[in-house]
Formats: sequence, C-alpha cells, structure tokens
Amino acid sequence: MNGFFDIPSDLQNSWAGLIGVHMREALLPVAAGLLLALPVAQLCGRFRWLYPPVLGTTTVLYAIPSLAFFVVLIDYTGQTELTVMIPLALYSLVVLVPAIVDGVRSVPDETLTAATAMGLGPVRRYLQVQLPIAAPAIVAGLRVATASSISLVSVGALIGNQGALGNLLAAAQKYDRPELAVNAVLTMAVLAILCDALLVGLRVLLTPWMPRAGTRPRPAAARDPEGALR
Amino acid sequence: MIRIDSVTKRYPDGTVAVDRLSLDIPDRSITVLVGPSGCGKTTTLRMINRMVEPTEGTILLDGEDSRRQPVTTLRRSMGYVIQNAGLFQHRTIVDNIATVPRMLGWGKQRARERAAELMERVGLDPSLAKRYPYQLSGGQQQRVGVARALAADPPVLLMDEPFSAVDPVVRKGLQDELLRIQDELGKTIVFVTHDIDEAIKLGTMVAVLREGGRLAQYAPPAELLSHPADGFVEDFLGADRGIRRLSFFPSAALELTTDAVIRSGAAAGPAAATGAAHLLVTDADGRPLGWAAREEATAGDVRADRLLPYGRPFTPGADSLRVALDCAVLSPVGWAVAVDGDGRVTGVVSQQTIGEAIRAAHTEGRADTEKAGVAE
Repeated sequence: MNGFFDIPSDLQNSWAGLIGVHMREALLPVAAGLLLALPVAQLCGRFRWLYPPVLGTTTVLYAIPSLAFFVVLIDYTGQTELTVMIPLALYSLVVLVPAIVDGVRSVPDETLTAATAMGLGPVRRYLQVQLPIAAPAIVAGLRVATASSISLVSVGALIGNQGALGNLLAAAQKYDRPELAVNAVLTMAVLAILCDALLVGLRVLLTPWMPRAGTRPRPAAARDPEGALR
Repeated sequence: MIRIDSVTKRYPDGTVAVDRLSLDIPDRSITVLVGPSGCGKTTTLRMINRMVEPTEGTILLDGEDSRRQPVTTLRRSMGYVIQNAGLFQHRTIVDNIATVPRMLGWGKQRARERAAELMERVGLDPSLAKRYPYQLSGGQQQRVGVARALAADPPVLLMDEPFSAVDPVVRKGLQDELLRIQDELGKTIVFVTHDIDEAIKLGTMVAVLREGGRLAQYAPPAELLSHPADGFVEDFLGADRGIRRLSFFPSAALELTTDAVIRSGAAAGPAAATGAAHLLVTDADGRPLGWAAREEATAGDVRADRLLPYGRPFTPGADSLRVALDCAVLSPVGWAVAVDGDGRVTGVVSQQTIGEAIRAAHTEGRADTEKAGVAE
C-alpha cells in the first residue's frame, strides 16, 4: 500500500484537492437540482395533470447514459466540470421532484384549511406551512440524490480528467497502481457516508416537532410525512 | 350582526350546495348550523369568511358587504376552529396560538404573552407551551385550536364541527368550556355540527338545514323542540324531543315534601302520617343515606344494611326538570331526592308531582309562544 496517497502529477491535485473538487462536482448539481425541483414540484402540486408527464420526463432523463449527455454537451460546454454537473443535476430531479411533491401532499388538509382560514396567503402558506412540513421528505430525497451524485461524479474521468476522485480509477489502470483505485472507492464511500450523516443531522435539527423513537406513539405519528417514502 | 342575504352556492357541475339561504346571525351569541351531511352547513360557514365565494346573494357584516375588504384582512378578523384542530405540527403550542397576532405585526414578546394568557383561558397547563402538537391529546389539541382562533381577539368565531372527532366525555368537557368562555368573552359564534344534541346544548339560535342547502327552521332550541316546523325537523330532532325539551324548564318550582324524610336514629313522628310507602333516611348532617320501608321506619327499626339506594339526587334551581325526572325514574321507589349545594336533603318529590309540573310548564310554554305569535 505504498504510495496510497501519492497522487500522479498529471491529475494536478493533491488527495485533499481531489476531495474538494469531487464535493463541488457532486453537491452543486444536487443544490441546482433542488432549486429546479422546488418550482417544478409546486407546479405539479397545483396542476395535478402535470405530475405524471413531469415524472415521466425525469425518469427518461435519468435513463439517458451520462456518456451520451457528455457527447451532446461537450460541443457547448467543452471538457469542463460543467459538462459533468449538468447531467448530474438532471439526474437528481428523478428523486427530488417526487420527494417534494409527496412531502407537500403529506400536509393534512385540515392544516391547510386552517392556514387559509387564518388569512395566510398562498406564498406564506407555502413557505411557512407546506415547505417546513415537507422538510423530512425533502431531506430524505436529498440523501438519495447526494449519495448517487457522489458516486456518479467519477464518470467525468471519461472526458479528460473531470471525474475528480474518479480520475484515480483511470490513473490506476494507466500506471498499474491498484492502490489508487482502492483509495478512490474508499474515499468516495466515506464522503457519501459523511454527507448522509450530515443530512440526517440537518433533518433532526429541522424537525424537533417529529415524534422520536422512544417517545410514546401518538395518532399524530400516523401522519409522519416521511412515511410516503419508506 | 352577520346577515346572510339570499345566498346561493352553485358549483360548475350544477350541484347546489346552498339554496337562497337567508339568516340573521345575532351578535354576541352562539348560532348553530345543524343538518345531515350534504346540507351545505360547512359551505355556508366558509362563505362567511370567503373561503367559498357565493354564486348569488350577499353576506353583510354590520351592514357592509364582506367583499369590500381584502380577503386576508377579513379572515384575520374571524377566528376559525376546525375538526381535528388543524394545528401546525411543526410549531410549538405557543407559536401555533400566536400565528395570527404575529401576522398582524405584534411583537414576539407580546404575542407570546397573549398566547400564555389564552392557554390559561381555555384550560391548558402552561407547561405545554413549548410542546409540539403530537405530544398533546386530541382534546388538548382542540383547546389549542380554540385558543389560536381567539388569539387576535376577533369579534367573530367560526367553528366547523370542532368537537366531533373527540370522544364523548372529552366532547362534553369542551362544550362546557366553550359555554364558559362565551360567558366571559361574548363573541359572535357560528357553530357547525351534525349533532342535534350539541346544537341544542350550545345554540342561542339553531338553524336546521336540509339536503340541498335549504333552511328548514331557524329558532331558539326550546322552540325547535316544542314547535318543529315540519316532519323533516321533527325527524331530525329524534324520538325523545319531548324529554329533551324538559332541559329548558327549571326544577326550582317543584313542590318538595319533607314529610317523608327522617333523620337516622330519630323517631319517625310526622312521617308516619304520609301515605308514602318508603321514607328517606338521612344522617345527622342531613345527607341522604337511603330509603327505608315505612313500617320499619315507624317502628324505629331502621337498619343501614337494609336501606334501598337513593340514587342520584338533583339540585332544584341548578338542574332542569329533565334531571329531576331522570332522578325519579332511576330511583327504586319512584321518588327523586332534592339536595342543596352542600348535598343536604331539602326534600323529596314523587314522579306524579314532577308529571304535574311538566304539564304546567307545557301549558305556560304554549301560552308564551302564543303571546309571542300575537306580538309578531
């Protein structure tokens, strides 16, 4: 295992540097996906007929191989990180859109009626009632999207070393140094687990109002917004 | 006053939820809308705060068309209580209650103080303030719902079947609490229910609606029970409306007798003179012990283990004729025991005497309505 952290110089980055690039390439698309998914999900909530075609579209996008995306995008965005991140952002929609739609739908009718009756306008109702109550479902979606994004970044290695830690896989073949491949896989796994733990922590922080394990089950627990996803 | 003026709600598919309904809802009293499902009672309620817009007709608030102010302003001036409370599950109890005051721009401190004050008013322990809704029972959640509706001190309170999802014992508690709060605050309350007993208990005025959103009768509960407008209202009131109507007659005028009451240990002097088959035995303080057969009592041979139970006593003045009759019916000897506020016996009364009082009350009631009819 000598040279485990000895990164070939043509990657132009240290191990820590590769981690930084990898996180950027993995998390920015998820963030962009979330920003895109929120209004799309809101439209799907308002116009119910829109949801099935939107769901179909995100699934089809997810079915397109990343390599095919790269071939198309490379004409416009070149061999850059952006070429890697655009498909990743689109892939994240397949989890995020249904997560948000289900989360917002899980808000009980009487809660919405009460909000309307108290004089909350549509914007307030969305920001102060629907979104906070949908938070656990949205975070659950983000966990899946983040883990998958962290692993998918590595295919960027196919378009000229834009795969961050994935580039180590290519380097392992090129220089016949299998320890670099082990490094890449382990590091990505640890990153995915850490990000997941952070998101779980975020959910706990956002939802002091949810019944916790160990508390007495109450009828309210039946309305657990995450239930839809389990 | 809220005036509903020949209001119709017709949906695009042609369904008529409310049909040319006119109601004058008096200030500072509870008006109940009651009827079977599909009678448009909730739709009517929701037209008052414009969650449903009428197709025809107008709703006037103190003479002004409700459409003349912005809809959110209108809604914030009316408290709204809903079945299952509809609390914001992601906010603490105190923040739930403070919702409308905060929207109206109150400072955080003032809104919280107001919320604490309201929790006390609706009978919630202040220690619940920082809890979340899932940690409360259904009855407690409903109390929070009432507190939240009252938070900005709106003159009008709209209540949509607020107590129908809780068990009967809790429901009775919530109803009593609402009456108590109403005594203190004097809001204009519009209350929707499908439960005629709840309507009769809470309503100052009761509007009975029938399917298709037409008004069947609009009257005070006592009049509803004595003079149902038609067969539909009569059916809806149920088979025992005569008994229920007795709730509106006081028991204070009942003629009590003390002849059939003896103190334990004392000789049955004048008691022997009455024709009653049983005599009520009390302890030295005057609290009831039970019924003794007359022969045993006159012979001075009263034994505690041979007494018949005296059942539930009633309090003249506080209880209605219905309670008095119920006590007499439940009594093993057919006599009801009357006690004062401290539980001391003030006399006993037979079923016959109660029956005479009921007939007298009915005659009086009829005379009153006839008089009212002439005045109109």
